[in-house]
Amino acid sequence: MNPDPLGFIFLDAAIINNFVLAAFLGICPFLGVSAKLKTAVPMGFAVIFVMTVAAVCTYGVNQLLIYLDAPYLRIIAYIAVIASTVQLVEMVIKWFSDTLFRALGIFLPLITTNCAIMGMALFATAREYGFMQTVVYGVGAGVGFMLALVLMAGLREQLELSDVPSIARGAALTLLIAGILSMAFMGFAGLGG
Amino acid sequence: MSTEASELTHNMDTFLKGLWRQNPVFIFLLGMCPVLAVTNTVINSLAMGVATTFVLFMSTFIVSCIRKIVPKEVRIPTFIVIIATFVTMVEYAIQAISLELYDNLGAFIALIVVNCLIMGRAEAFASKNTLGRTMLDALGMGIGFTFALLCLGVVREILGSGSFMGIDLFGEHFQPWAIMILPPGAFLVLAGWLLVFAWWKERQQHRQMAEAAAEQEAVT
Repeated sequence: MNPDPLGFIFLDAAIINNFVLAAFLGICPFLGVSAKLKTAVPMGFAVIFVMTVAAVCTYGVNQLLIYLDAPYLRIIAYIAVIASTVQLVEMVIKWFSDTLFRALGIFLPLITTNCAIMGMALFATAREYGFMQTVVYGVGAGVGFMLALVLMAGLREQLELSDVPSIARGAALTLLIAGILSMAFMGFAGLGG
Repeated sequence: MSTEASELTHNMDTFLKGLWRQNPVFIFLLGMCPVLAVTNTVINSLAMGVATTFVLFMSTFIVSCIRKIVPKEVRIPTFIVIIATFVTMVEYAIQAISLELYDNLGAFIALIVVNCLIMGRAEAFASKNTLGRTMLDALGMGIGFTFALLCLGVVREILGSGSFMGIDLFGEHFQPWAIMILPPGAFLVLAGWLLVFAWWKERQQHRQMAEAAAEQEAVT
């Protein structure tokens, strides 16, 4: 059992060790979906939602694996749980609101290969978080992902109007901005002791 | 004779395209998480590259073998289970070989399972091509991926720690660029490489255009 308080776990996942900018998890969607704020915001919410559900499910699966004494099945079990969670979330959202489903549409299946979800599950296991701690960690990780995504989308929308040298257009520019954002987030390092 | 020769060049192309022309990292930006996360030293980069290449090679090998038996509807879950199996093997193998390396790479060994490069090659190439060509493609892509990791690892270790594969290069007077081994360094070095390649490509294009223009002038 890990003694960390819940508030610190949330801040740690969302800001101090931001999942995207400090731990390099979920870089592919971060680069791919951050061109427009209109797509970045729904994607962020979808990830927060899947993260929370996946945190609950992987905690249960891990307890089961410990009980069965089969830790070598962890990777296979986690990826199966995450893939089915995404499917489940897709169905629930469709049943709940058709508009929301259409807005998220193509992003939902992409979340399965978002390494931030798998990374969150593995880190929570490695740190031996309890149930509530795992859930808070999942929510914090999702919020951190959304924060980075929305910040980047806002910056990229502004940059569309500026005169960028032709060789820097595209991925190189996005990575340069990510580097500077990452430096800014390093400023939070002392937070929470 | 000529068909044999064309087949050979075709196979060579399958292998070589992953190294440069369709490099998974520099051209397609696939599998970025480990590229940025574990390239703080050359050894880590090399280990990650070899581990990923192994998983890529073995899982596309199996996928190509069973491509005619697996029904279309369940192919993605099947691929995931195959990849996860090899990742588990690699994880335990690295733990057995070097505990220090295992600690350095941390969760990123397990995260090979969600590396979109492997899933992408299994889905886009191995599930549609013969065993031989799949093996060539996987090797090419794997080596291309390792090459990209090393590009970052070499720069980050030399500037960030003043050493190369753990050997001190500059002596005591060198002030290491701490930023290079911290997270922002990874983003900046990768951006730098992309800029260098884009600049080089643009220069090549300009030269070709200038040559074409000169030829035209000579004709007229």
